[in-house]
Order: sequence, then C-alpha cells, then structure tokens
Amino acid sequence: MKFINDNILTIVVFLPLAGAILLAFFPRRDRDVRYFALAVSLITLLASLHLTWYFVRGQSGFQYEENVPWIPHPNIHYHMGVDGISLWLVILTTFLMPLCVLISWKSIGDRVKEFFILMLVLETAMIGVFVALDLFLFYFFWEATLIPMALLIGMYGHGRKIYAAVKFFLYTMIASVFMLAAILWLYARTGSFDFVTIQGMIQSGQVSGFGNAALWLFLGFFVAFAVKVPLFPVHTWLPDAHVEAPTAGSVLLAGVLLKMGTYGLLRFNLGLFPEQARRNAPWIIALAIIGIIYGALVAMIQPNIKRLVAYTSVSHLGFVVLGIFSFTQLGVDGAVYQMLSHGISTGALFMLLGMIYDRRHTYELSEFGGLATPMPVFATFFAFIMLSSVGLPLLNGFVGEFMVLSGAFQAKQLYGILAATGVIWSACYLLWMYQRVFYGNVTKPVNSSLRDIDARERVSLWPLAIAALVMGVAPMLWLHSIDPAVSAALKQFSGVTQAAVLPARNSPAAPGPPLHADFARNGVEVIGR
Amino acid sequence: MIPAVDYIRILPELVLSIFGIIVMMVDPVLPEQSPKKPLGVIAVIGVLAALAATAYQPGFYGSAFYNTVSVDTFSVFFHVVVLLIALVVILISFEYLDVQRIRSGEYYALVLFGTVGMMLMSAAVELVLIFIALEISSISTYILAGMRRRAAESAEASLKYFLLGSFATAFFLYGVALIFGATGTTNVYGIAHYFQTQQASVLAYLAVGLMFVGLGFKVASAPFHVWTPDVYEGSPAPVVALMSTGPKAAAFAVLLRVLFATGAPGWFWMVWVSAALSMTLGNIGALVQQNVKRLLAYSSIAHAGYLLVAFAAAKQVGISAAIFYAASYAAMNVGAFAVIGHFASEGEKYVTLDDYAGLGRRSPLLAATLTIFLLSLIGIPVTGGFFAKFYVFSAALQSNLVGLTIIGVINSAIAAYYYLRVIVYMYMRDERVEAPVARIPAGLGVGLAISLVATIYLGVMPGRVLDYAIQSAQDLLK
Repeated sequence: MKFINDNILTIVVFLPLAGAILLAFFPRRDRDVRYFALAVSLITLLASLHLTWYFVRGQSGFQYEENVPWIPHPNIHYHMGVDGISLWLVILTTFLMPLCVLISWKSIGDRVKEFFILMLVLETAMIGVFVALDLFLFYFFWEATLIPMALLIGMYGHGRKIYAAVKFFLYTMIASVFMLAAILWLYARTGSFDFVTIQGMIQSGQVSGFGNAALWLFLGFFVAFAVKVPLFPVHTWLPDAHVEAPTAGSVLLAGVLLKMGTYGLLRFNLGLFPEQARRNAPWIIALAIIGIIYGALVAMIQPNIKRLVAYTSVSHLGFVVLGIFSFTQLGVDGAVYQMLSHGISTGALFMLLGMIYDRRHTYELSEFGGLATPMPVFATFFAFIMLSSVGLPLLNGFVGEFMVLSGAFQAKQLYGILAATGVIWSACYLLWMYQRVFYGNVTKPVNSSLRDIDARERVSLWPLAIAALVMGVAPMLWLHSIDPAVSAALKQFSGVTQAAVLPARNSPAAPGPPLHADFARNGVEVIGR
Repeated sequence: MIPAVDYIRILPELVLSIFGIIVMMVDPVLPEQSPKKPLGVIAVIGVLAALAATAYQPGFYGSAFYNTVSVDTFSVFFHVVVLLIALVVILISFEYLDVQRIRSGEYYALVLFGTVGMMLMSAAVELVLIFIALEISSISTYILAGMRRRAAESAEASLKYFLLGSFATAFFLYGVALIFGATGTTNVYGIAHYFQTQQASVLAYLAVGLMFVGLGFKVASAPFHVWTPDVYEGSPAPVVALMSTGPKAAAFAVLLRVLFATGAPGWFWMVWVSAALSMTLGNIGALVQQNVKRLLAYSSIAHAGYLLVAFAAAKQVGISAAIFYAASYAAMNVGAFAVIGHFASEGEKYVTLDDYAGLGRRSPLLAATLTIFLLSLIGIPVTGGFFAKFYVFSAALQSNLVGLTIIGVINSAIAAYYYLRVIVYMYMRDERVEAPVARIPAGLGVGLAISLVATIYLGVMPGRVLDYAIQSAQDLLK
C-alpha cells in the first residue's frame, strides 16, 4: 500500500504509455486492440481514483509528491504532485478516456492500432502536464501532447484535416517556444526548474534582474497558455481543429487540452508572477470578455453544428479566464469548477455530434431537422447535455458560471455585467440549434430512418450525464478540495481572499429561480466556514 | 625513441587503418561481379575493434608523438561518436550497395580511412597534423560522394564537393601559415599560451578568420554553405549520412580545440554572425524544398547554426553543450538518412515528398522510425534533439546571449513546419505513386536500432553523456 501511495502519480501517468507500448506489439486484430485499449484506460481510471480516495481534503499544498533527481546538470527533477486544482483535472482526463475509446469503437475502422496507441500516449502526456511540478518536466509533457493530437487530427480527421492539424501544431508550437525561453531565463537566474523553489525565490526577491524581466516572463508564459485556452485573438486554430478532428480527438481537445491552458495560467502566471498578473489583468479580462461575447455571437450564425460547439468553447473558456483574473476566491473557485464542467458537457456534446456524424457523415445544420422523431433517446440525451452546457441550474454548467460571475462582480461590476450577457447568448445559440436539429418535421427523407443510439453509445453517455447532474447538485464534493488549493494560490493576492466569505450578492447574473440562488449562496457559505 | 604507450594513444586509428588495408587487399580476391558484403563485414569488425581500442584508452590519457596527438576525454568522446557513425553507415550500406548495384569494394575501405581522418582530427593538437587528418577525411568523402557513378548528379556532387572543398582547405592552410607567422608555433597549446598572454596582432585576427572559413565550409555553416544542397542531393544516401555527421563532428571538434578553447581573437562576432545566418538561411531554404535529401541538407545547415550558438556562449557551458549537440545530431541525422536511403530504392528514384505520401500506411514501422528522427530534429521532448537544443540555448542564456537565443528559438519554431511536412505527407496524404517498399534487411535494422536507441537514450537519460561532455570541456580548458 505504501508503495502504491508513494508512486501513485507515476503509475497513473505511465500506465497508458505502458499500454501503448504493449499495444505496439499487438497483432492487428482490431477487436482485440479496442478491448485492450478500453482495459488500459479503465485501469488508469481506477488507479486515478486512488488519488481521490486518499486525498486529504481541506488541505492546501501538494500531495502524493514524488521528487527524485532526474538529470544532474542542469538540475532537473522528476517532481510531481497534485493539489485540489490539478487532482480533478487528472480525474477528468482519466474519466473521459474510456468514454473516448468507446465512442471510437466503430467510427475508427482504419489504422485502428495506431489510433489507440496515439490516444494512450496522449493520455500520458495530458496527465503529466497536470501533475508536473518541475518546469522542465511540465514543458516536456506540454510539448509531448502536441504530436499525438496533431497526428490524430491529421490521420483520422475529415475534410481539411491536414490544414487543421498543421495549424494546430504550429500555433501551439510557436507559442510554447516563448514559454521555453522564459523557463530557461528562470533557470539561468535561479539554478532550478522546481516550481516550488522558484516560487519561493521570487517571493523572497532572490532572483536578480527579476524586476525588469518579469513582464516579459509573464508574457512568455501567457502567450503559450493563451493560444491553448484559446483566448480571443489567437483562437482561430480551434474551430478548424475541432471540426476536422475525429470525435474522440474533439472530446479530448475540448475536454482536456484547452484546460491545460487555463491550468497553466492559474498555476504559473498567477503562481510565479502575481504582481504582473495583477497589472495585466485589465486587458486580459477585456480579451476574455470579448471572447465570451464574440464566441457566442459567432457560434450563433454557424451553419455547421460542430463548428458551433467549437465556438461555444471560446465563449465558455472566456468565463474561466475571467474567473482566474478576477483574483477573488469565488471567481477562481468557479473557474476551476467551470473547467471541469466544461470538460464534461462539451465533451459530451462532441460525443453526441460524433454519433450523428457516424450516421449521416455531415455536420451541416441544414441537413437536419426533426431528429427527435426517429431518435428519441438521442434527443433526450442531447437536450440534457445541452442544458448543462447552457448553465441550467441543478446541472454542472450553472455552478461554475455563477461563481465566476459573482467573482467578477466582486472584482468590478462592469466585468460581471458584460460577462453575464454571455449566459444569455449561450442559451440563445444552443437552444436555437436544438430547435433546428430536433424539433419540427423531418425535413430530409434520409433522416426519418436513422437508428437511435445503441447500447454501446448509451453506455458512453450515461457516465457523463450522471456526472453533469451530480456536479450540479452537489458541487461541494469538488469544491471541498478545490477551495483550499485556490486560496493557497491566491495567498499572494492578499486582501481579496476574504471576499469569498461574504455571502454572494443577489446578482442579475443568476438566471435561475431564487431557490437555486439560495442554494448557491449556501454553498458559498459552506466554503467560507 | 618513441615510447610504446604512444602507439596505444593512436591505437584506434591504427586498428582502423589496418582494417582498411585488409579490405583493400581482400577486394581483388573476391569475384568481380559478386556482392562485396564480406568486405562490409570486415569493415564492421574493424570498427568494433577500434571501438574496443578506444574503450581501452581512458587509462592512457596524455599526449603522444612529440606532443602532436593528445588523448583525453574530449578525443575519446569524439572517437566513440565518429566510430558509431561509421558503424551505422556501414551497416546501412550493405543493402544500399546491393540495391544500387554498386560493386566497388573500395567503398568500405574509404569509409574506414575517412573515419581514421575524423578520429585523428579530434585528437590532434598540432595544426599540420590536423591539416593532414582533415585531408584524409575529406578526400575519402569526395570519392564516396561520386560512388553512384552511373548517375550524373552523383558525379556533379563529387566534383563540386571536391573543388569547393579543396578551395576551403586552402583557406585553412593559409590560416595555419599565418598563425605560425603570428605566434611562432603550430602547436595548439603554444597558440593558446600566446593568445592568453599577448596582445593579438592583425595577423592573428586574419589567421583565425581564414581558419574559420576553412572549417566553416566543412561544417556547412553560412555563408560557406552553398555547396551543401547539391552535394547531399547527388551523393548516395548512406554517404550523406556519413558526411553530414562524421566530418562535421570532427570539424566541430577542431573548432572547439583550436579556436574556441584557446580563446582566439575576434572569435565571438564571427561565430555570432555565422550562427545567426546559418540558422536563418538554412531554415528558410528548407521551407520550399520538395526533395527530402535537399530538405535535410538545408536542415543540416540550420543545425550547424544551432551548434555555433554554443560556440558564442561562455567556454565551459558552451563546449559541453556543443559536444552534446554533435552527438545527438549524429544519432538522429544518420538515422534519418538511413531510412531515406532504404526508401529511395534503385537509382534513388523515390526521394521527393510526393513519394513519401502514404508511407505511414505502406510501411508503418519505417514511417514511425523516420517520424521519431524528424521529431528529434524539430526538438520535441523524449528525443535527443530536444535536450541538445535545450542545452545550447540555456548555455547561451547563461552567457547573456539573449538576442542569439531569440533568433534560435524563433528559428526552431520555423523549422517545425518543414519537418512536419514530411510527417504530414507520410501519414495524412494518400499515395499518388505506388513506390515499392522492400523489407527491412538485418543490417539496416541493426543500424536503425542503434540510431533510434541513441536518440531516445539521449532524450530520456541525457545525464551520463552530459556529465561526460562537461568533463571533456573541463579537460579541454585545462
């Protein structure tokens, strides 16, 4: 038991990679390959549940830490650990992975072995990003996510897949070299890549020349993360990548890869450069709000459903960035929560779209209409997930958005007012899309004979639907461990941390009936205690 | 009287020369039209024996033959690198020579002699000896470049390489003469002593410049790089694998030992400009290439630029970063050309990007291997190329070379595009021509495995090799 406890992060990170390596020597029998990939991803999920089980809630700081020297010169450590923020992102990754395997069961028929190898390698890299505490190790995993994802898009995507894959790769690659430069600068001045050490040295002012370089370092990290989030002017890779990617690729892209950006902003930009973060917050928030509104408006007019959902990510991730840069306990808590719930609901939306695509091989809105008649079960699932994405109270989307907006109001009222419109927009475009796809008469004859979803597809949707409900009803299960980590992250922004204890104001941001607003307020008070 | 230990200090060179002579002597005995594989086997044995001799050397550090050769950690490091390159090149040549119907036994002998020259370059501390070693390695590669004698472009490559190469060597020799004029010695230690104690004269500046021109040609750094694409395109692929890594590593060793470690005057700006130019011109040139060999030729210019960045950094960190880079570049580039040579098939027909379309489907293993080498050339983690770049840039930053680092970092982002294009063609495009893919023969398999293991090893556990590189840097600066 002790062995497992001490090495659990290594186990969780490298189980998928080990699976991928074994898979490489597997005979090319597609059925067995699929079962094996499913088994590996399920075992990884089980292993990652160990993290939640033994995680000491209500405690800030990193747990399950592993720290051994890896390379002596330069001083690189194999340093991993999770806190309340990264813990759930790891779980989100391992939770989505088996579902992604299931959803690709039939839609991937060609080069099946390579597909699952890439998926498993990608899983290792994604988990690694969230648990790495050595800047070098972080960069290592960060870059390592790039190749499998680009290959997944380019090899298994549709339409302009090569364009999308190359665009995705170049955007992220070019942005992340700036982060590498910043990391190298920090190493040159501190002699360490260790996140905790560097943070300590910066706080105690031991880094020479930091004052002049801080802005550039902040921007170096910021550019890399902003592209990944993606923040407003650099979001253009996202619709292309999403639309052309295979379903599982879209799910992981939206569900996990985008979170790497917001996680990085929270962990590194806030953690290492609090002063610069505060100074630059106004324009970053402005970009986030532009992203919220712009993403929503552009989503509304898309003729392609998948592109529509892709733009909702731009909008929803804007909320996350807004929450993070509000520097309020409530806002950041909400941002972390929104990351998780966006992973669940947008992941589920992409899975649902994949199911339509498997049947019709198109995403054009005009091709659909009245789908509720031939596919009632599918329509029900879709409605449920869509409402969770809209932010209907009692479902997961509401909690995060509500907390982010409350935090934004605490930071500055204007932010809250502007961002709150995003909630209305999201209701508009998603409900309108739902109406056009599912209601009315069946407009195209081919659609009248579509199969409803089968058992495998239901099995892959149920966990997400349940998660959406539980996250909406009992957010405390998550916030209990998120909250201490966030308050530790905000310690450097003293003065604003207390704000969270205040009961949330009855803001116009809460679209739900008073009952739910009360519920959320109670929730906030529970955190406060 | 020369002490016996001196012979041990040049034992690897001796062993390899003897094996080269054996190959030459066995060649006429074999029937004329038979494949020359037995000669290759002899050559492999020779390289392994030389490796064993090198492994024996660490007990005998010191200088030999009246202070003209110095055996230290630095020379041993480059011996091992050059020998491993030669080993892989010979292994991949088995199949290549068969397919191209090259029946020349001297091929293997020339590889061995060339290797002797390269090894000697890394150990010599006397400029005249360095010049001789340089000539041994160069002349062998000139001939090797023309081995596909039925192909016009191979003859063109050979001639071009020979003419421009001789021109460059003349520059080097001129520099040596001027150095002698300026310092009164051709011994590296004497020169170092002079540079450190006396004000450098105009003559010394000129000499350093001329020597840099000569060696800059050998490492294909801008603005002495123009020969590279044509020569790499025309030469046989395994020979390109050799000449893009072996003589380059050896020439870098000379640059390190003779110019960088001695503190040559006027060095910094020369290297700064050459590094910035090489990276930029190499990468921009590569962007538009359709021929994979030309693409990698431009990429090798760019990589020479990255390596030169280390030369502009502070001595201790710069030398160790450069040594590490040379080793990992050798691993990945030899590997890449091995795959290209195999895939080129008879008459090197299939060398354009279009021929690579759909390779991922036709030959998953070969494509995956090439992908790993290309990722390493981009500098993606888990590969040696990543750490190599990482060390170079962190050495540059530690020496406050912010401008050069930024140029380098931007360049490596540009470079990602054209390497990625190859990967895109292999995996994401449907094939237009049905280029045949032969089975992977044993020799190529072993050669690829060595390069692959080295690339990954340097990317995952770079600690030991880096420690060794740091040790070498210290020895060199003593």
